[in-house]
Amino acid sequence: MSVKLTTRQVGDVTVIDAEGRITLGEGASAFRDKVRELVTGGHKKLLLNLADVSYIDSSGIGEMVSGFTTVTNQGGVLKLLSLTKRVKDLLQITKLYTVFEVFEDETAAIRSFA
Amino acid sequence: MARGQRAGRLILMAENEAAEARTEKVLDSTLESVDSAEEAVLRAAQQIGFDEDDMHKIGMSVRESMVNAVVHGNRYNARKKVWLSIAQTPQRLEVVIGDEGEGFNMDTLPDPLAEENLLRHSGRGLLLIQAFMDEFQIRLRNPKGTEVKMVKYLAKGG
Repeated sequence: MSVKLTTRQVGDVTVIDAEGRITLGEGASAFRDKVRELVTGGHKKLLLNLADVSYIDSSGIGEMVSGFTTVTNQGGVLKLLSLTKRVKDLLQITKLYTVFEVFEDETAAIRSFA
Repeated sequence: MARGQRAGRLILMAENEAAEARTEKVLDSTLESVDSAEEAVLRAAQQIGFDEDDMHKIGMSVRESMVNAVVHGNRYNARKKVWLSIAQTPQRLEVVIGDEGEGFNMDTLPDPLAEENLLRHSGRGLLLIQAFMDEFQIRLRNPKGTEVKMVKYLAKGG
């Protein structure tokens, strides 16, 4: 399975629930398209929920970084929620923990956008 | 070297050779090859007895290296091939992946951990392989291309 992305609105924050793999090919491009679609549609507070993402490769990480840049350049914010240990490790190895704001708890994450 | 010692060493070498199983594949420059290489390496890793965490690291390292070979090395060129070699012993897994690309100099690659490169879209694959595998070597192939060799050892008690 590639990645399944569903969105829901919590106040003015758009939560993207991701499930599956964000890897080179379909997974990474689906994620890129979703972020662009949301930003173009005026959604500028994005929370990416990675709780059910089993696998991210360097291409997936690259798309997350590009998504972060795209949203930031449009005056928006992209934050991360519920990372698995493996994704946490990846962010540590790549030093991207210093770039992304990461939350364990959805309520706290939503509140942080206020 | 005494005769007995030499004989003992020969027997040891023969035992080591007997214990090593090697698989070699020639793959097309496609993303399907990335999946099939990962599957083949993970089968060997499972036989050796790596735990789930190491299996993940090995699988990801193979994917990253295969993507480099298919996408950046051979640039999806249908006439170019990727060579995969898997050698396994009860304690060690060695994977060699070679392409027919133009090759590159690691010293000239941007450091993905430098502050100014953190927001770059790509360039993290080799960093992840180095973090996940116990040994990592990269060299130019003759007449052209790049060859990556990576090794993972079964942890003691693993």
